[in-house]
Amino acid sequence: MTRKQRKLTIIGGALAVLAVAVGLVLNALRDSIVFFSTPTMVAEKHVAPGTRFRLGGLVQPGSLVRGDNLAVTFEVADGGAKLPVAFTGILPDLFREGQGIVAEGALDASGTFKADTVLAKHDETYMPKDVADALKKQGYWKDNDGARPDAGAKPSAGSTETRGAVRAVQGASQ
Amino acid sequence: MIAESGHYALVLALALALIQSTVPVLGARLRDPALMSVARSSALGQLLFAAAAFAALVTLHVTSDFSVVNVFENSHSLKPLIYKITGVWGNHEGSMLLWVSILALFGGLVAIFGNNLPLSLRAHVLAVQAWIASAFYLFILMTSNPFLRIANPPLEGRDLNPILQDIGLAVHPPMLYLGYVGFSISFSFAIAALLEGRIDAAWARWVRPWTLVAWIFLTLGIAMGSYWAYYELGWGGWWFWDPVENASLMPWLAGTALLHSALVMEKRNALKVWTILLSILTFSLSLLGTFLVRSGVLTSVHAFATDPTRGVFILLILCLFIGGSLTLFAGRASTLKQGGLFAPISREGALVLNNLFLTTACATVFVGTLYPLALEVLTGAKISVGAPFFNLTFGPLFFPLLVAVPFGPMLAWKRGDLLGAAQRLLAAGVAALVVMALVWAWTRGGSALAPLAIGLAVFVVVGAISELVERTGLFRMPLATAMQRTRGLPRSVWGTAFAHAGLGVALIGIVCETTWNSEYIATMRPDDVARLAGYELKLDGLSSRQGPNFREMTAAFTVSRDGERLAAMTPSKRNFTTRAMSTTEAALLTRGFSQLYISLGDTTAEGAIAVRIYHKPLVLLIWLGPVLMAFGGLMSLSDRRLRVGAPKPAKALRGLQAAE
Repeated sequence: MTRKQRKLTIIGGALAVLAVAVGLVLNALRDSIVFFSTPTMVAEKHVAPGTRFRLGGLVQPGSLVRGDNLAVTFEVADGGAKLPVAFTGILPDLFREGQGIVAEGALDASGTFKADTVLAKHDETYMPKDVADALKKQGYWKDNDGARPDAGAKPSAGSTETRGAVRAVQGASQ
Repeated sequence: MIAESGHYALVLALALALIQSTVPVLGARLRDPALMSVARSSALGQLLFAAAAFAALVTLHVTSDFSVVNVFENSHSLKPLIYKITGVWGNHEGSMLLWVSILALFGGLVAIFGNNLPLSLRAHVLAVQAWIASAFYLFILMTSNPFLRIANPPLEGRDLNPILQDIGLAVHPPMLYLGYVGFSISFSFAIAALLEGRIDAAWARWVRPWTLVAWIFLTLGIAMGSYWAYYELGWGGWWFWDPVENASLMPWLAGTALLHSALVMEKRNALKVWTILLSILTFSLSLLGTFLVRSGVLTSVHAFATDPTRGVFILLILCLFIGGSLTLFAGRASTLKQGGLFAPISREGALVLNNLFLTTACATVFVGTLYPLALEVLTGAKISVGAPFFNLTFGPLFFPLLVAVPFGPMLAWKRGDLLGAAQRLLAAGVAALVVMALVWAWTRGGSALAPLAIGLAVFVVVGAISELVERTGLFRMPLATAMQRTRGLPRSVWGTAFAHAGLGVALIGIVCETTWNSEYIATMRPDDVARLAGYELKLDGLSSRQGPNFREMTAAFTVSRDGERLAAMTPSKRNFTTRAMSTTEAALLTRGFSQLYISLGDTTAEGAIAVRIYHKPLVLLIWLGPVLMAFGGLMSLSDRRLRVGAPKPAKALRGLQAAE
């Protein structure tokens, strides 16, 4: 083989692998990404039953009902709308009423959100990112959300730390 | 006083870094050895002052000086000493200080061990090192000063996030940073080579040990972090494809590629331009990781927009270094001379293939990590890219790579014999097929993927052993000869075998854990028995006690199998009063390489408790694999050719040295 042919072989191989990778990425992006919604967005968009998405909002105080065998139901609210959620399993350490959560799952035929994963914020300054953004947009949640005694210092520092150092506390349930 | 001294030391370190950034470069331009030698002394001085600043912050934390904001926000007088020390880097300011201290450490090491480097190369390398250091000293002093005081010192601190009060914090971040920052050395060498416009095999020989050191630490750091997440978070998961994790995986993938391409450059003087590019990319990905984790962009794009000082500063550093180095690369790469020729089927060809797959896999991780951020910034739509995405992209790309791994070391340089390599891998192939069939039969159908993946892993492991057998002539020659050849085998060969086998071992663990993990979730009362994977776990009772800075509720379990009592397990839940947070302390019982894992949920009003029990078969192999890889790296590092040091540089440079 001449130098040119060798070069072409390598470049051809590289392009082939890249093409495969691009195909894989596009395919995966079509099939495996999950969108985020709040109860208001769900009500507006009429999400079809069975479509997986992430639901974020605050756990409506007084709505938590514990059933048998670790079944729980509660409502997630964002100020504009409420959505009933059913989940079976152990709730995260910091799951509380009035707390921001993100649940992943799909609506069933009766309009209940069947969650297979529930994520709660993992330190008292940390609101799940998507929830905080969505709620702020609706003016339903402010930075100094009661729980913090002195919110003056640096609102985002603590939460960044938790994420940075413990990695994925929030994604832990997957 | 200590805080002020620390602050002052940091300013002095910046001043020295600025000198180190400019004077040696000027010296290299003027060919003035005195000016070039400034690099060495200023690098050592910088290390001294950075270490002093770091020691000052540690002292402040240990003595619980709550008049310092950083200590007040992250410490508590009742916290155990070890967590007072590790708490230093359990927060943004402290961890950035650790980052620059490690950077200064590597700079100092180059200064100490770089006596055999050509003077101008050393001057350039240390200058580039100082450019990075200056940027980060400025970042710390302007946006994240850990030594700020509070006007009215409070009596008690706010305590460290309880999840971080764990031995994992003592080991994981320093290891990870040693890896991240260690890649700055190969970056500096690459930039220095581009500035000087010359590069040869000796260059690769200097770069490889540094890359190897960084790679060993990064490998251990990632594995350690994964194990930490596994036992601390109480979910039993060990990898979540979270952006923070991906941020450390990307430099690892690129660094692994660099390690292999530097080998081609060292032995065959080929792939020069590519090796330079990889050096730049690897450190760029380390910087990207620092940006992702430190800027707050992951917590919230929104928070990033409202308090942008830190994020924008790191983003500027990122753009400056990545943009600058790539521009320099584009301008200068063509001046580097082409290296040795090789056929596509050869050791070089195999290493190119390795690089191709590693960098492509790295690129898919890059897309999966940054796509949600980009989409949110551009359209406002929020999506999450999780495990399914990476399983569909990263997995298929790693599969052919693993098939190719055993072939690489079997092929000769320049022109290899694929058929011959395949013949020598016959034993590995047969072993893989047998294991595949056994696993298939044992699981009676089920998913075809798991037996296939385990077969592949066995192929990689046995393939690595075959290489050793081949080299030593075991089974082919008399035992004595084989033993003699074993002793004579270069350590780098052992290193390769260990690292490659580690890959297979980790894969076995990953496949077994994900496929045959069984779990039991229920509410249990005292004297209830849970049955899982042949084990019986009886809840004996619940008790509570007071820890140094927390209250703890412990559940006592007795584990038995076939009526025989094996051990007691005591998972607990801790309540940290200062932060009003609770953490789950999982209990682990190791049986061989498998583990039983219990974590607790909430107690109900009737005195029952929610319990989550996992049986994780062969889960420890997931972390044994990386440990083997790191050990292989260590073996390779101790190889004679790297220990003895690089050969004397080419004539042109000797001429330059003679000018001293």
